[in-house]
Amino acid sequence: MSDAAAPSAPSSPVHRMFSLGRIAALAGNTLRDLIRQKVFYFMLVFALILIGASLVLVSLSFQGEIQTLKDVGLGAISVFTMLLAVLSSAMLLPKDIEDRTLYTILAKPVTRFEYLLGKLSGVIAMLATATVLMTACFCGVLLLWQGRAIDNIEMNYPVDMKAESVAAATASPDSTAPQTRRELEIQKLESETFNGSLFGAIAILLLRAAVCAAVTLMVSCFATSWLFTVVAAFMMILIGHIVPIARDAWQAQAGMGGELAIHIKLLLMGITVFCPDMQLFNLVDDIAVGKIIPMEVFMQTTALGFGYLAIYVFVGYLFFAWREL
Amino acid sequence: MKGRIVGVLVLLVWGIVKLPIETGMTRARNADRFHGFAQTASLREQAGQAGVIAVFGGLRSTVADLLWIRAHIAWQSVEWGRMKYLFDVVTALQPQRVNFWDMAAWHMAWNASVAAERDETVPEFQRLKNKEDYHKLGEDFLLRGISANPDSWELYDRLGGLYRDKFQDHYKAHLAYKEAALRPDRLEYVDRFAVYELADSPGHEKEAYEQLLALYNRGKQEWLPTLLKKLQLMEIKLGVPPEQRVYIPPESRHSADK
Repeated sequence: MSDAAAPSAPSSPVHRMFSLGRIAALAGNTLRDLIRQKVFYFMLVFALILIGASLVLVSLSFQGEIQTLKDVGLGAISVFTMLLAVLSSAMLLPKDIEDRTLYTILAKPVTRFEYLLGKLSGVIAMLATATVLMTACFCGVLLLWQGRAIDNIEMNYPVDMKAESVAAATASPDSTAPQTRRELEIQKLESETFNGSLFGAIAILLLRAAVCAAVTLMVSCFATSWLFTVVAAFMMILIGHIVPIARDAWQAQAGMGGELAIHIKLLLMGITVFCPDMQLFNLVDDIAVGKIIPMEVFMQTTALGFGYLAIYVFVGYLFFAWREL
Repeated sequence: MKGRIVGVLVLLVWGIVKLPIETGMTRARNADRFHGFAQTASLREQAGQAGVIAVFGGLRSTVADLLWIRAHIAWQSVEWGRMKYLFDVVTALQPQRVNFWDMAAWHMAWNASVAAERDETVPEFQRLKNKEDYHKLGEDFLLRGISANPDSWELYDRLGGLYRDKFQDHYKAHLAYKEAALRPDRLEYVDRFAVYELADSPGHEKEAYEQLLALYNRGKQEWLPTLLKKLQLMEIKLGVPPEQRVYIPPESRHSADK
């Protein structure tokens, strides 16, 4: 350190209204807080046990083994991400108010919008961590089952049993085409077990959980109690599953025996307009029965999910911005 | 208060904006899911299924799998009534699993009906009635399965088999196989079965003969013993002049026609 360089006058940094750095700091703190909570581990362990238990279920079931495995595994991921999303988001604001952390944070140059976005980002990071862990466990279970199934195929199909499509396979220049019945069966099994749609559907489950978290955070911005937030958010999410039916009935006004009463129309309209259509995020049912989801569907669902996230965060901010603290 | 009002207004505007988007996405997805075939489940049934999805969330498929295993146990202990109840719950929980509908129908129409027919603890007329009731239960499972999975060729195929083997209604069987033949990914035998069943339907001989001929004209790969036999019998029945009859290899000819 030389004295030659005169210390420069402390420059006052320009305060920006929106800073990703501040949001990242808030998200990091939220993630750390959430991960420290025992309920997170409890639910995660329960989910992992359920996914592992699917192997036992498969051995007891008498048909559709791969479907049962996927049903249980994806079902567990779906339920626990949603539960984690609602329960963890519901207590963020009340806890910060109770601990008075909120006042300390908002006393600094942090806008309420940044605060909400930071909190939601933390919850989403926690959900992503939980989803990755559950997916890893699920893939392990699938791999284990696939190994057993391949052993069975090798036992049932002799090496020299030719595939029915061998003539076509040898005629085609594709050297990866299966030459024996055994190879054909193994290839079929592998494509049924792991495919792009499976991971795409898990990503959509994470997005759905993020939407649930955003809904909960929005409700907690005007709610006065933790319990009210949880109940209201769950109700909104549950009703979200019947949005397509409500929309059809409202739009068509048919199938229920003629013209609908005005109060029923208003109810259907309210459900359709104010609740998120959760059925659009339900791709795992199709995956479990072995359907392949087109890329276009994933793209549309992702765009819709981000639309919901943006709107709910913005509305949450509007509720929060005018709230007396 | 001002914030709340503005917030609700934003939600309202978003709700109106998203309405056509979500309607379009749902329609496109249903069209893709059912390969363009319309779902015929009533609004009440659809609402019930959506309610179950909402209540159980992702766990409903797990619950369905567990109850499916219990149904298997009920089968082993020959509890038909309990099986029917469990199948009803399982299919309500997971209506998209075609094999649930298929197996439920098979257990009712084949296994339970035979058990009812052989049950010597009840009078004969009651046995017959019970047998027919189980056939109808099997039919009901298949029809409900079809309404939830309108693109499933398997369920139409099983329905055709049920009408043919249990109801001895060949025309209904023909219609079911014909529907199966329209579905994607079906196995080709359903095309043949549709024609065979029409050939066995009284009053449809001419139409059946034309379809049998169309099948015959597809080439030698279609000259299966059943087709040749039905074609021959139909020619005799319709009194087709010998010079207009199709060529049938001597080894496949009906004994009366050799």
